[in-house]
Amino acid sequence: MSTCTQIQDWLGVQTGISSQAVAAQWLQLQIQASRLPELTAALVRDWQAEFATLLVEEEESAVDACLAVYYFFYLPRNGCLLEIQIRVQPGEELPAISETVHAADWHEREAEDLFGLRFTGHPFLGDFVLHDDNWPEGVAPMRHSFDGLHHPKVQKDSDTEWSPPQILREEGAIVFPVGPVWGDFHESGLWMLETPGEQIRYLHTRLFYKYRGVEKIAEGQTLDRALLLVERFSGAAAFAHAWAYCQAVERIGGCKVPARAQDLRLIFAELERIRHHAANIAEISGSTALAVAKAMAQDIVEDLLRLSARLCGHRYFFGVLTPGGLHHDLDPWRQNLLAETLPSLDARLHELEHLLKNSSSFLDRIEEMGTLSPELAQSYGVVGPIARASGRAIDLRLTLPYGAYATLAPTVPIAQEGDGYARLRIFFSEIHISAELILKTLHQISAGPVHTPCPTFEGRALAWVEAPSGATFHWVHCDAAGMVLRLRLGTPGFRNWHAFERAVENAAFQDFPIILATWGLSVAENDR
Amino acid sequence: MSFWPYFGLKRGIKTTSWPSAKEQSPGITPGRPRSASNASSNATTQLCPTGALHPVETGVSVDLTHCIHCQRCRQGPHALPWEDDVAWTVNAGTALSPLGYRFRRSLHVRYIDAGACGACINEARLLDAPVYNLHRLGIFITASPRDADVLLVAGPITNAMCTAVRKAYSAMPHPKRVVGMGVCAINGGIFGENFACVGGLQKIVPVDLWIPGCPPPPLAILHGLLAVVGRTQCTTAEELP
Repeated sequence: MSTCTQIQDWLGVQTGISSQAVAAQWLQLQIQASRLPELTAALVRDWQAEFATLLVEEEESAVDACLAVYYFFYLPRNGCLLEIQIRVQPGEELPAISETVHAADWHEREAEDLFGLRFTGHPFLGDFVLHDDNWPEGVAPMRHSFDGLHHPKVQKDSDTEWSPPQILREEGAIVFPVGPVWGDFHESGLWMLETPGEQIRYLHTRLFYKYRGVEKIAEGQTLDRALLLVERFSGAAAFAHAWAYCQAVERIGGCKVPARAQDLRLIFAELERIRHHAANIAEISGSTALAVAKAMAQDIVEDLLRLSARLCGHRYFFGVLTPGGLHHDLDPWRQNLLAETLPSLDARLHELEHLLKNSSSFLDRIEEMGTLSPELAQSYGVVGPIARASGRAIDLRLTLPYGAYATLAPTVPIAQEGDGYARLRIFFSEIHISAELILKTLHQISAGPVHTPCPTFEGRALAWVEAPSGATFHWVHCDAAGMVLRLRLGTPGFRNWHAFERAVENAAFQDFPIILATWGLSVAENDR
Repeated sequence: MSFWPYFGLKRGIKTTSWPSAKEQSPGITPGRPRSASNASSNATTQLCPTGALHPVETGVSVDLTHCIHCQRCRQGPHALPWEDDVAWTVNAGTALSPLGYRFRRSLHVRYIDAGACGACINEARLLDAPVYNLHRLGIFITASPRDADVLLVAGPITNAMCTAVRKAYSAMPHPKRVVGMGVCAINGGIFGENFACVGGLQKIVPVDLWIPGCPPPPLAILHGLLAVVGRTQCTTAEELP
C-alpha cells in the first residue's frame, strides 16, 4: 500500500531496524531492545504516531519462559499500523519508553504487575493492578505457572501495608479519600484528593478495585465462551468490545463477514454510542443537580434501552454478535421500528441540548472545568470523545476503517477548549452524527445473509473498534481447536483514566463529582 | 433557569403504575427462558454455555441463578419459550422474615459495586428515572451504610472489594438485609470463582435475597427491594416443567 511506503523508506535508511509488511497497511519491525526508546520517540515526534497498545505473551508453559512483548503504534494520517516485537529472556529488563511515549506509562506498570517484567527507568512500578495490601510481592498472575483458580495467600506484615501518597507538606494539608464505596451509584475506585483546604492540588487515582482477571480467566476457554466474557466485562460498551473481539477471531479464520452483517454491526454500534453518550449526559446533568435535565436524559436512555431490546432481544446488546456475523437478522418490521423511533429520540436530544446550552448557571459549572489542554491530551494519548474535546482529531472509524465504515465514514466533531462544556458538546454532536449514520445505513442496507461460518485455525490477531469511549484494541491468540491462549483487552478507559488526574488539579473541592461526570469514564472498562 | 420547572411540568407523568398494575411496555426486560416439557432435553441443554438448563424427566428445567441472557436458547429448532416478566427475586437462604411494616414505605438502600460491568450500575441508576421512580414506593438510596437498611451489591465480589463490603455490612444498624443483584453476585456469573473474584456474595456476608439477571432490569431490582419488606413474593430459583 502506498500509505506505508513513506515510513518504510524511512525505516530502510535507519541502521539496525528491519521491517516487513505482513498485510496491507501493517508493518512488522525488528529492533534491539536497547534502541526501543529512541525508535518509539522518533515515531511519536517525527511521524505523529499514536500508541495503540502494549501486550505481553509468555511463549512456553515452562517456568521462566521467554516473553514476547509487542508494541503497537499507528499513523493516523495514513492509516498504517506498526508492530514492534521484542523477545525478553528470563531475568532481562526492558528500557521504559514511557518517558517519551507517556501514553505507555500505565501499560508498563500493568505489565510489571501481571508478568513481573521490569522496565528500567520507570519511576512508579508496584501497587497498580494488584494492590500491595491484598497481593503477595513477586507473584505475577498472568504467567502460565500461576494457578488462576485461587487467590494467593497474603502474609500480613509491614511489607504489605499500603498508605496513600502525599506530596503536599503545607500546614493543614490533608489527603481526602473518595471511595471505594461512595455516592449513590458510583463505580468503585479510590480517588485521593490532596488539598490545603479548598483547592485540589493533586489527585492520586487508585483503581483496579474491580480487577476480575478477565484476560487470565479467558485462557483455556473456548472462543465462544470468551466472547461471553468480552461482552460482559464492560457492559456499557458491550457491543463495541464484542465487535473488536469478533474481528480478531475472523482475521485468524480468514472469514469474510457478509455485507448485511457489517451494516447491522455499524447500526448497533452507533446505537450503543448514542445510549452511552446519553447516559453520560444524564450523569452530567445530575452532578450539577439539574433534576429536570437529568430526568429528560434518563427518559431517553430508557427508551434507547427498550429499543435495543426490541431490536435484538437484550437491552445491552448481549448475545447479538458471533464470529462470522450476527446471531439473528433484523427483520423488515424491526428495521421500520428503528427508522421511525430514532428521529424522535434524536429530536428530544436536540431539545435537551438547546435547553442546557441556554442554562447559564449550568454552563457556569462546566465551563473551564476539568480542563485537559491539547498539549496534555497529546502527551497522554487520550482517545475518544475526551480527545476530540481537546483538539485531537482521532477516530479509528476514519484512520483505520473497519467493517462498513470503509464506505460510510462519519464526520468527527472537534472542540479545542478541553473543558467540561467542550466534552458535553462533543457528546451531543456525536449523538446526532451517529443517528444520521444509522438512518443513512438503514436506507441503503445490503441484502443477504447475516452470518457465514468462521473457521478456526491456530493464530493471533489484533483488531480494533472505535468504542463509545474511544480506541479499543483487542488481541486474540488461539489454537487450532479454538481454545484461547491469550486475550488482550486494550481499552479506552485504561488510556483516559491516566490523564484524568491532570484535569482535576487546581479545581475546587466540590467540583470533583462534576469533573468526573463530564469525563464519563468507565472503571469496569479500565479494571477488566 | 426559570424555564426548567415549566419543561418539567410540561412532560406530564411518565411513571409506570407497576406494581399495582401489570407493566407490559416492550423492551422493559430482556426476558428469560422458561422451563418446557416438550423440548428435546439434551439438545436444548447443550445450547446453554453456563449450565442454567438441566435435563429432567419431564423436559428441561431452568436455573434462573445461572442464566446470563446470552440468548443461545432463544431461537432455532431446540429453543425454549422466553417470557417478558420481572418477578425474578429468589430467596438466598438466611430465612429471615421480611422487614416489618415500619420499613414498608421507608427503606434505605446502600449500593455497592463489587466488580459490576456497568450494565448493572446503569440499570440501578435508572431506578430514580421518572419511569420507575423508586421514591414513590418509599425506597431511598443513602450514601452511608450507617443509614442503610439494605445492602444492595452487584458484581462477582472482587478480592479488592471484600474489605469494603464487610466494613459496610458491619457498619449497618440492625435489623439489616443483604440483597445480591445480578448473576455475578450469586456465583460469579461468567467470571466464576477465580484468583481475583470470590465469586459469590454469600461467601463474605449473609445474604437474604438474590435478584438474578444479566443485568436485572430496573423493575426486577424494584421487585427485589419490595420483597425485602414483603410487598412482593419470591419465586423459585430452579423452575421445573
